[in-house]
Amino acid sequence: MTDLTDLTVADIREGVAGGSFTAVEVAEAFNTAVAEAQAALNAFIVTTPDAALEAARKVDADRAAGKALGPMAGVPIGMKDLFATKGVQTTAASHILEGFTPEYESTVSQKLWDAGAGMLGKLNLDQFAMGSSNETSAYGKVISPWRKSGDEAALAPGGSSGGSSAAIAARLCPAATGTDTGGSIRQPAAFTGISGIKPTYGRCSRWGIVAFASSLDQAGPMARTVRDCAIMLEAMAGFDPKDSTSLDLPVPQWEAGLDASLAGKKVGIPREYRMDGMDAEVAKSWDEGIAWLKDAGAEVVDISLPHTKYALPTYYIIAPAEASSNLARYDGVRYGLRDLPDGANLQDMYAATRAAGFGPEVKRRILIGTYVLSAGFYDAYYTQAQKVRALISRDFAAAFNHCDVILAPTTPTAAFALGENSDDPLAMYLNDVFSVPASLAGLPAMSVPAGINSQGLPLGLQIIGRPFDEQGVLNAGLAIEQRAGFAAKPARWW
Amino acid sequence: MSVDTATVAKIASLARIKVSDGELEAMVPELNGILAWVEQLGEVDVTGVEPMTAVIPNTLRLRDDAVTDGGIRDAVLANAPAPEHGFFGVPKVIE
Repeated sequence: MTDLTDLTVADIREGVAGGSFTAVEVAEAFNTAVAEAQAALNAFIVTTPDAALEAARKVDADRAAGKALGPMAGVPIGMKDLFATKGVQTTAASHILEGFTPEYESTVSQKLWDAGAGMLGKLNLDQFAMGSSNETSAYGKVISPWRKSGDEAALAPGGSSGGSSAAIAARLCPAATGTDTGGSIRQPAAFTGISGIKPTYGRCSRWGIVAFASSLDQAGPMARTVRDCAIMLEAMAGFDPKDSTSLDLPVPQWEAGLDASLAGKKVGIPREYRMDGMDAEVAKSWDEGIAWLKDAGAEVVDISLPHTKYALPTYYIIAPAEASSNLARYDGVRYGLRDLPDGANLQDMYAATRAAGFGPEVKRRILIGTYVLSAGFYDAYYTQAQKVRALISRDFAAAFNHCDVILAPTTPTAAFALGENSDDPLAMYLNDVFSVPASLAGLPAMSVPAGINSQGLPLGLQIIGRPFDEQGVLNAGLAIEQRAGFAAKPARWW
Repeated sequence: MSVDTATVAKIASLARIKVSDGELEAMVPELNGILAWVEQLGEVDVTGVEPMTAVIPNTLRLRDDAVTDGGIRDAVLANAPAPEHGFFGVPKVIE
């Protein structure tokens, strides 16, 4: 029999529905893969093999009873530990939420269970999704399954959805949820040779997702193929009255709409993304992507996004400002950690709890956010950043008068080594230079694997689309996927 | 604008995060590095630009003024570190 852990979401769904194998067999195969890799990769904070089996048994019983099966029936997935899961610890990879066991289920995870998916476990991430390497987790770093050729040094799986990316690349799950605030789906997808899409802001409900920066946070799927991303995004998206910024729009049939022919489409190439000193292999991969999209029938046009260089500093005002506000809720009173020193009053308890519970990067961002929102500095920093954000958004709107989608690299380099950027916050922030602009503008954007560099590491290409045009993004992604023929997988060393 | 130790101590106090003197010393250059970098936004001409308030145009909905939730006290308190008599417990705040 084929190795079940090598199958895609679409393969598993068809195999279970057609009786080639049972959902329980699939769940058992992935449960075993998860258990065998946990010590080496640390991709999960909590594993839930029983939940995966229980969901699978229900799918098998439904099939035996002749009931209709859901669009993710029999597919076990990983759940980023930023989604509240009823009865299963939810930590955001922070010590301050250790032991927090929600009494409720996030909208997105509930939709996935309703679609027939099962949960293999809660995936590790950067603490409160703040990071680009998974090194800020309070539950240990995630180790990428990828290694440079002839080198055993541990590499970053990207972040913040690094548990998700590592687990999918290592065949511990066929798909996983991610969340993207400034690139946290796309950058880890690019680092590990998988696909991931951040939909238009508001497509997926934020209800029950631990908040980082609410005007930027969006959930999305990560998987190995564009089709799998389309299937899973359809299951995750949809209007939710419990999220005030949820889009009240019908969910398109993205999977049925997949079409890799780009005849009549225009692809914009933003000249500001071709930066001085750009990694030569990343530049070459971008050129290959341009050729592939031409081959798919698209016309390639030069576009300008003049405020690109201001996107990162804008992001690093707005995201910390929103985070400082959102994270005020961790006070040691209602849930999570409490640190009550002898004789402490209420204010002392707040300060001690937050000092003990938050990691260094989270504290750094809370302090930056508190500063830029404080009296006397609010206009100079925060208001100015929101104005520049409006200009960045206008840049995209103007560019989309001349093109249908935009093609760019996902990241400035392939995966870096763990520890390489962890002493320099600014160097780490620069990783998101290509992903942050689309986040600030709320646009759908995805990363697809484009090839392998000379060191044997994956490179990703990013497609950015108009608001609500996930279909255009997925279709361009499919055109690249078909031509890139990316079949590399990490050699198993764990 | 740059911050000094006293300013960082003030910010940390506003943010309700206890920091040791050693942490304060380490944070000053880190925060100054980040602040110096974000200050490049000052060079952007934003004349006549309204600050962004909604990334995707959307109208805030109003729902019916009806009770849709409640009666879940035990669920609300289930994760509290020190619940007492059906309430959240905190250190004494009145002398």
